Amino acid sequence: MADTSQTQTAGPQWLGRAVLYALLVVFAVYYLMPLFVMITTSLKTLDDIRAGNLVALPEEISFAAWVKAWGTACTGVECNGLKGNFLNSVSFVVPAVIISTLVGAFNGYVLTMWRFRGSDVLFTLLLLGCFIPFQVILLPMAQTLGYLGIANSIPGLIFVHVVYGLAFTTLFFRNFYVTVPSDLTKAARIDGAGFFTIFWRIILPLSPAIIVVSVIWQFTQIWNDFLFGVVFSSGERQPITVALNNLVNTSTGIKEYNVDMSAAIIAGLPTLFVYVVAGKYFLRGLTAGAVKG
Amino acid sequence: MNLTRKLAVSACVVAVALSACSRQEEGGGEVEVLHWWTSGGEARSVAELKKMLEERGDSWKDFAVAGGGGETAMTVLKSRVVSGNPPTAAQVKGPGIQEWAREGVLANLNSVAQAGDWDNLLPGVVSAVMKYEGNYVAVPVNVHRVNWMWANPAVFEQAGANIPTTWDEFKAAADKIEAAGFIAVAHGGQPWQDSTLFESIALGIGGASWYQKAFVELDEAALNSPTMVKAFDTLRMVQSYIDKDAANRDWNLATAMVINGKAAMQFMGDWAKGEFTAADKVPGTDYICMPAPGTAGSFTFNIDSFIMFEQKDESAITAQAHLAEAIMDPAFQEVFNLNKGSIPVRLGMDLSKFDQCAKDSSAEFASSSMNNKLVPSWAHEMAMPPANKGAMFDVVTAFINTPGMSSNDAAAGMANAGKL
Amino acid sequence: MTTATSASGLDRPRKRFADYLETALPKIVLGPTLLIALFFIYGFIIWTGWLSFTDSRLLPRYELAGFVQYVTLFENERWWTALRNLGIFGGLFILVCLVVGLLLAILLDQRIRAEGILRAVYLYPMALSFIVTGTAWRWILNPGLGLQNLIRQMGFESFTFDWIVTPGMSIYTVVIAGAWQSTGFVMALFLAGLRGVDDAIIKAAQVDGASPTRIYTSIIIPSLRPVFFSALIILSHIAIKSFDLVMALTGGGPGFSSDLPATFMYTFAFNRNQIGLGAASAIIMLMTVVAIIVPLMYSETRRGHLGR
Repeated sequence: MADTSQTQTAGPQWLGRAVLYALLVVFAVYYLMPLFVMITTSLKTLDDIRAGNLVALPEEISFAAWVKAWGTACTGVECNGLKGNFLNSVSFVVPAVIISTLVGAFNGYVLTMWRFRGSDVLFTLLLLGCFIPFQVILLPMAQTLGYLGIANSIPGLIFVHVVYGLAFTTLFFRNFYVTVPSDLTKAARIDGAGFFTIFWRIILPLSPAIIVVSVIWQFTQIWNDFLFGVVFSSGERQPITVALNNLVNTSTGIKEYNVDMSAAIIAGLPTLFVYVVAGKYFLRGLTAGAVKG
Repeated sequence: MNLTRKLAVSACVVAVALSACSRQEEGGGEVEVLHWWTSGGEARSVAELKKMLEERGDSWKDFAVAGGGGETAMTVLKSRVVSGNPPTAAQVKGPGIQEWAREGVLANLNSVAQAGDWDNLLPGVVSAVMKYEGNYVAVPVNVHRVNWMWANPAVFEQAGANIPTTWDEFKAAADKIEAAGFIAVAHGGQPWQDSTLFESIALGIGGASWYQKAFVELDEAALNSPTMVKAFDTLRMVQSYIDKDAANRDWNLATAMVINGKAAMQFMGDWAKGEFTAADKVPGTDYICMPAPGTAGSFTFNIDSFIMFEQKDESAITAQAHLAEAIMDPAFQEVFNLNKGSIPVRLGMDLSKFDQCAKDSSAEFASSSMNNKLVPSWAHEMAMPPANKGAMFDVVTAFINTPGMSSNDAAAGMANAGKL
Repeated sequence: MTTATSASGLDRPRKRFADYLETALPKIVLGPTLLIALFFIYGFIIWTGWLSFTDSRLLPRYELAGFVQYVTLFENERWWTALRNLGIFGGLFILVCLVVGLLLAILLDQRIRAEGILRAVYLYPMALSFIVTGTAWRWILNPGLGLQNLIRQMGFESFTFDWIVTPGMSIYTVVIAGAWQSTGFVMALFLAGLRGVDDAIIKAAQVDGASPTRIYTSIIIPSLRPVFFSALIILSHIAIKSFDLVMALTGGGPGFSSDLPATFMYTFAFNRNQIGLGAASAIIMLMTVVAIIVPLMYSETRRGHLGR
């Protein structure tokens, strides 16, 4: 904050700006460092990596590792790279994000516009649920999914992600709808509009910004999830994070760090893309009220 | 809301029905095998098994979960068993086999074993591990030798040191190597590597019969004994020749240090050979495989095996029997072990395609089994239940990372860990 | 649905009148979520609690065995290390994220030229899973391979940065990598908060001759209070659940010096076949969370209008 005061008071304006930009760049370097290491390593040959400095620039640039990670690296008995698992991930991430966001929107709507006695307590209870470490619920969840007959299936995986995503989506929507003036809905209610009419006609049109926040959050959480994916999916339906883990981890085999890193970047591309492209809307959504009390 | 729920539910129903359909389409039996061999030579080895099963008319459903030497796979396996649909087979080894058998979920493989004459093909030490209450419940795949030392002869030559065969010679050699500017011991400071190193030291110091008492029978007197104290003293000595940056280094990076001539030796099981082979190094000239100091003639074994879960379906039971049969097939044993660096578990196989290190390993496997010097590797979960093994890991790791910790305390800690 | 209604304190029989349906509708809509939360969160906590009083090893068993697991747990040195580490890690991680996040947000809010790009740079770590970035961090922090080596090659021979291999210091490297991952998100929260501050108040203060520093410290930052609270909840939730982070970065090492309760629980329940002990550690963890979060939430809900 010291620099902010400099920008506007002490010294000539340009000096303050220079310090400001310098600081921002220093932070940017810190943030980019791991990405730099990952990208340079993915472009090296294995001999280059074995030869020594892991942080150094590649001696010659090679895209072989990328090709291998996408198409021919082994993730089990099959050696087809990550391309198949990419689709697997999409097939459960999309429904899980849509369902959890929609249910979260309804919950937020009820918790703000249709409060009833005890609804705040219920919300607190739901929020506390965020804090349960996921390792704890693996075994009881497996048993429950077994009873429901959806163990080791994509529907089962969607179900688990929806269940443990609800607390967050509800939180987002509730905090957003708190800022919507209640006069809006009151007037509509006097006019005789029902529960769903108000939601579809009045509330939902106000919500694009917060929907973006919820979708981005859920998308990154579910796409990056490893624990649920590995435990609740079956063989050929494994999500990309599990395939990545299989590719990167080897007990007694040779480690191909360049392929590992390429695979890691491939697995992260969709979420990176979402953050970079939708980053503006994400911020807009947060500004729109997710952070207001 | 109601609508969305209905939609979600009907989507589930459709998806479940679809997956059920696809399951029925496949004729013959299906085996689902949980394993953590997902990369390089290991994956190729399992692919061989898949091929052999498909030749027998069964289908293979791959269920690969890598990570932490099977730790992640065990988490998944537990969830699968709890949810009521275990896979056909899962990669589980050592006393873990007995623990699963005790839960009453494993299949009886006696008929396959009798038909294949397993009792005569497997060394007694091995078949004992595969049986629960006298019945076969698991199938062994291979034998790894853990007490190897991998040395770079060029480094020894430049330092004017001899490759050591006792821990005293080791000290003399290591001093010369350090004086010549090399790292004496390449090591990765991960708990399992710490314990792998300590295991070889303990075997070299105490000999096979003491090792058996301490780490297999968990005899308190043997665990908290002067021998154990001496083993820890030796570990402290060896530790002083490990470079400072070893913490959390992967074992293969340590191997690379030996390959590159930065370090002189590494104590690691025979899977390290794969790294040397991948770097186009030839055993005997570019690198040397020798038993760890003081352990010549002894053999710490690490056997990979598959446990078989009880199946309801008739075709699944047949397919499971085929799988058990295929694993013990000499053709599979040869291909698999050539890929993996280990040796076949079947006795009396033709080893002409194997390299010198594997041949040495196989010869010592047979001879040590005669002389009662064939012992299970406790660092690789062959000797004691995971709870005890984990507690001993904690002791060894704490000892390595706490400079002031005395060998006496460590030995007492080992005795405690054995009582768990 | 009936359970949901009775759970919310209303136990009247359901009638078919449309207006009654209308009043019940919100509860019916919320019902599934509540049932799910009750069963899949609180039901599972009770289940875990039960297991913590049994001698479960490989698989769950339900015969009670008393407090054995808790006694074993608190005699375990590794558990104490994990608890101590959670204190160090949680405290520092939250503090660093809040301070750096706020600083970055304020810097970015000065009408910066390349704001979009910089924002993306600060935010991207949140998008990557730690399975992915853990290895890169491990190399950077490794003294022989990474930063220390690099700076020494640049001529600063005595530069030392070997926390990751030093027991007692390794937990701080977990803080560094954890903060790297999460500050971007906190920054976004604060930036959104800053953009939401009423310009009129700031203008009025400037007219009164208040210095920019003073405007920040006495007007803007205090008005961000709800943001601080949101960030605090999200950060503490991340801190308590940190698992991938530790596993990928240090594996809990050197030794078990960077273990956290979450990694402790996982190791014992799943790798060492001591489910009972793992369950006991999970229960203690949850109790700690409740002891810290509930008063925090309570005071915050009292303070504001029932929001947060």
